[in-house]
Amino acid sequence: MQWETVIGLEVHLQLATQSKIFSGSATTFGAEPNTQASAVDLAMPGMLPVLNAQAVHHAIKFGIGIGAQISKHSVFDRKNYFYPDLPKGYQISQFETPIIGKGSFEILMEDGSSRTIGITRAHLEEDAGKSLHEDFINYTGIDLNRAGTPLLEIVSEPDIRSAAEAVAYLKALHSLVTYLGISDGNMAEGSMRCDVNISLRPSGSTLLGTRTEIKNVNSFRFVEKAIHHEFQRQAEILEEGGTITQETRLYDADLDETRSMRSKEVANDYRYFPEPDLLPVVVDDAYIESIRKSLPELPDGKRTRFMTQYGLGPYDANVLSGSKPLADYFEAVAEQCGDAKIASNWVQVELLGQLNRVGSSIEECPVSAIALGSLIRRILDNTISGKMAKQVFESMWAGEGDADEIIEAHGLLQVSDTGAIEAIVDDVLSANAAQVQQYLNADEAKRKKLVGFFVGQVMKLSKGQANPQVVNELLAKKLTHNEAE
Amino acid sequence: MTAVSNGVTKMAIEHSEIEKIAVLSHIRITSEEIGQLAQRIAEILQMVDQLQAVDTHDVEPMANPLDAVQRLRPDEVTQSNRRDAFQAIAPAVENGLYLVPKVID
Repeated sequence: MQWETVIGLEVHLQLATQSKIFSGSATTFGAEPNTQASAVDLAMPGMLPVLNAQAVHHAIKFGIGIGAQISKHSVFDRKNYFYPDLPKGYQISQFETPIIGKGSFEILMEDGSSRTIGITRAHLEEDAGKSLHEDFINYTGIDLNRAGTPLLEIVSEPDIRSAAEAVAYLKALHSLVTYLGISDGNMAEGSMRCDVNISLRPSGSTLLGTRTEIKNVNSFRFVEKAIHHEFQRQAEILEEGGTITQETRLYDADLDETRSMRSKEVANDYRYFPEPDLLPVVVDDAYIESIRKSLPELPDGKRTRFMTQYGLGPYDANVLSGSKPLADYFEAVAEQCGDAKIASNWVQVELLGQLNRVGSSIEECPVSAIALGSLIRRILDNTISGKMAKQVFESMWAGEGDADEIIEAHGLLQVSDTGAIEAIVDDVLSANAAQVQQYLNADEAKRKKLVGFFVGQVMKLSKGQANPQVVNELLAKKLTHNEAE
Repeated sequence: MTAVSNGVTKMAIEHSEIEKIAVLSHIRITSEEIGQLAQRIAEILQMVDQLQAVDTHDVEPMANPLDAVQRLRPDEVTQSNRRDAFQAIAPAVENGLYLVPKVID
């Protein structure tokens, strides 16, 4: 049977604040255990939460970014469960009245098609601490530095239909929240954690099957793998006539499998009730408007502008607008060289390729946008060939100086002088008389191949410095001349 | 579970529900206590029934009895590290971590 995958994602986003959501403790990542855990975070008797204004501000900014309804009156609730890294015995969250209601945003797939994914809600809550099971034999170690870190839980509609769409959604979300500046988006440090709800149904059906929830999948790649694995597992059960048990599963990246978290099943009754220690959060129109006015250009807007202003295709525009530093870099290169399409190619192929190979980010790139733009200008004004430019780029990467210095030092100047190239062309043609004869007797397709061969020989003799356009023109002229004789 | 007598809904509670609540609350109760607890909780639920009988059709749900809204705190770090003081009263600590009996999912 053909199965359709139905996926909804819950993303826990750590909001970029200096202090915690309900206390004045620092939120710095990687601090010594429990040095950022105050009496409020430890749930000492009599401690009361006070809400961080910045967390509310960030949440509303996100809501505006996805065109969602902003609740002017929202309430915090207690979500009750027992676990040692949750000292109060409840998590302060929002249940009935989340601060952000329904919204949506568009994701773009690699083939250029786009889909709109609905957002059900987004609510503020506090993070729990960390449990360390490995380091002790009969004990679990508890670090409460993370307890109380502000989170925005973003819940999508079950609108996602494949692992590729799930990854595209997460990337688009990551791009949006980093543009908005509401999170550092650092997946390795757990700033964006994902729970995957997944069910299968026969293709064409509109009913929802029984779903499982895969907890805490923390990278784009693991989301993809976990979905593939869970699809296989559910499809096998259904095809043998079995039924899916609604349960929470854990993705094990080492074994590439999901397994049941039975302990979660009993506790899955959180007995939510309004948090008596916090009053309702009320925001007015003027406040929401002031945040709306402060929004930067968002990925969607930038993508559209890249298409109209620079004539880029949707895919290129999507890649280049993916992060703000990358978009800024591309625009600076385009301005410096004056040709946005070539700039787009160079940034995506050479620059991103190289950054990927060495595993660093655009912010750490050793070649500045101005330097890359100047290099491309030397291709456009025929100083060097595109092939030479790649060599120059490598030298620039290695810190050998700017494009002109490297071209000079390595003697890479492109030869466009017709006389000099003509001499080489003549040499090549007379040294390869047999191929010239073949050319004269060949059909169009064969001729093309032979011209490629002659060009190759000329480039080789000129050590790559001959302007390929001039070489082509001269070859065409000479060969036609031979034919006429 | 729900019986109707004298026109008022009367809530009773199953012993299995008492057991489940005990598990969720991490409270250990003996089987003898279950009967007593069921009796007392049923009495509380009767009072809830009385409240349920009130017509709340046009009443907004109330999240807090105070007629006030939440004050927000500026995003500033105001707490310094007091780990030593806090850990001095903890039953077991090691390498800066609080130790608890092993929990594994």
